[in-house]
Amino acid sequence: MTVVLRFRGADVLPSRDAALERMGIPAGAELAEPVESSFARAAELLIESAAPAGVMEEISAAEFGEVYRGEGRNDPASPVADIFGRADHLALFAVTLGEGVSEALARCFAGEELAIAYLLDAMASVAADGIADLAERRFDGLVRGRGWNPADGAVLRYSPGYCGWDVTGQRKLFAHLDPARIGLSLTEGCLMRPLKSVSGVAIAGPREIHVFAPEYDACRSCRTRTCLGRHRALASRERS
Amino acid sequence: MPALTEVADAIIRGDHAGVAALTRQVIREGIPPKTILDDGLIAGMTVVGDRFRSHEIFLPDVLLAAKAMYAGMDELRPLLIREGVPPIGRVVIGTVRGDLHDIGKNLVGIMLKGAGFEVIDLGHDVAPEKMVRAAEEQGAAVIGMSALLTTTMPVMRETVELLRARKLDGAIRTVVGGAPVSEAFARDIGADAYGFDAGNAVDVVKALVGRA
Repeated sequence: MTVVLRFRGADVLPSRDAALERMGIPAGAELAEPVESSFARAAELLIESAAPAGVMEEISAAEFGEVYRGEGRNDPASPVADIFGRADHLALFAVTLGEGVSEALARCFAGEELAIAYLLDAMASVAADGIADLAERRFDGLVRGRGWNPADGAVLRYSPGYCGWDVTGQRKLFAHLDPARIGLSLTEGCLMRPLKSVSGVAIAGPREIHVFAPEYDACRSCRTRTCLGRHRALASRERS
Repeated sequence: MPALTEVADAIIRGDHAGVAALTRQVIREGIPPKTILDDGLIAGMTVVGDRFRSHEIFLPDVLLAAKAMYAGMDELRPLLIREGVPPIGRVVIGTVRGDLHDIGKNLVGIMLKGAGFEVIDLGHDVAPEKMVRAAEEQGAAVIGMSALLTTTMPVMRETVELLRARKLDGAIRTVVGGAPVSEAFARDIGADAYGFDAGNAVDVVKALVGRA
């Protein structure tokens, strides 16, 4: 069943520290007054221009295997390939902040509001990840609501373009999910449009399936290493 | 010249209205436009760039300074053109065909302008033919290409090969950058240089035009 996800405006605005960290600025840093004003304006623009929406559809492991295979360009070994076969439940998802954010960004650059544009871009990137996190949580809630409630269960998301899942995998993901209904399309180069969007698979299963050593081929060229933070977060959930 | 120091200081503060007013003032005082450019506007941006490199300030501070510099340039440009003062170099930039990511390319353009380059920004989704033709027609010394997707990186190679096919690769140099791009990739496709971020791209382009 396909679920169309709606988000509140308040869901969009990232925390100040998350936005700063995205720009390589230490959390809690004091900003000069003109930067502070630009930061506030960028936050206003994000709230005004975002129309966040998403779509999610459960998928069997066998079907996902076909989506994941994509056009045969994935790394020979990847975390996703090793994880999804051990999953209890999977769902494809796509979320977007909408075209309005891209338009607001273009207006800022055209008007030479360069700092506001840069801050808005960073905030919007964090916001797009934020609504993807919300989609992940909704899937968690959905499957738990149906009785999936193992003591060690966890839901995490994975996206084409990362962790050895080639970005051309977007084509089959989009063909299956049809996110055009929320205004999302794919370019020839497999880029999502609007830009501030996230797609992927949410995987529910025992916590340990999500934990891997970052020693795959893709890990060598990876600059984000977000997996390490996610693994830490899983470990802290285990302790609590 | 204290007045030019004030122009530079206003740039460092990111005071665009102040820079515009002070630039008008030094023009009225008869200071040569090239001197205003070098010792006022570019001098201010150089300090800003140095502070950014040494982590004293953040990128938004640099962008506020860049906006202030643009305000000064708006006042100065007609005089520079009238006196035939050339930019330190002309650079065509664009995000390659199939890619819509603008932010990195825009930051490079802003930084290059701040360093005194003339920048012809072709936007995003730029085909090799358009990139090369623009550089040739505009007399650009450098083409800067950005890609944020592994699927669009091969377009950089196409552009480099097109320059080579037209025997322009000596006159027009190439620099590539973007999240999935590396120095090794730049070497592999025959690009002249790789810029790992916007600040570094300016240094690299300066070196390519012999102004390092």
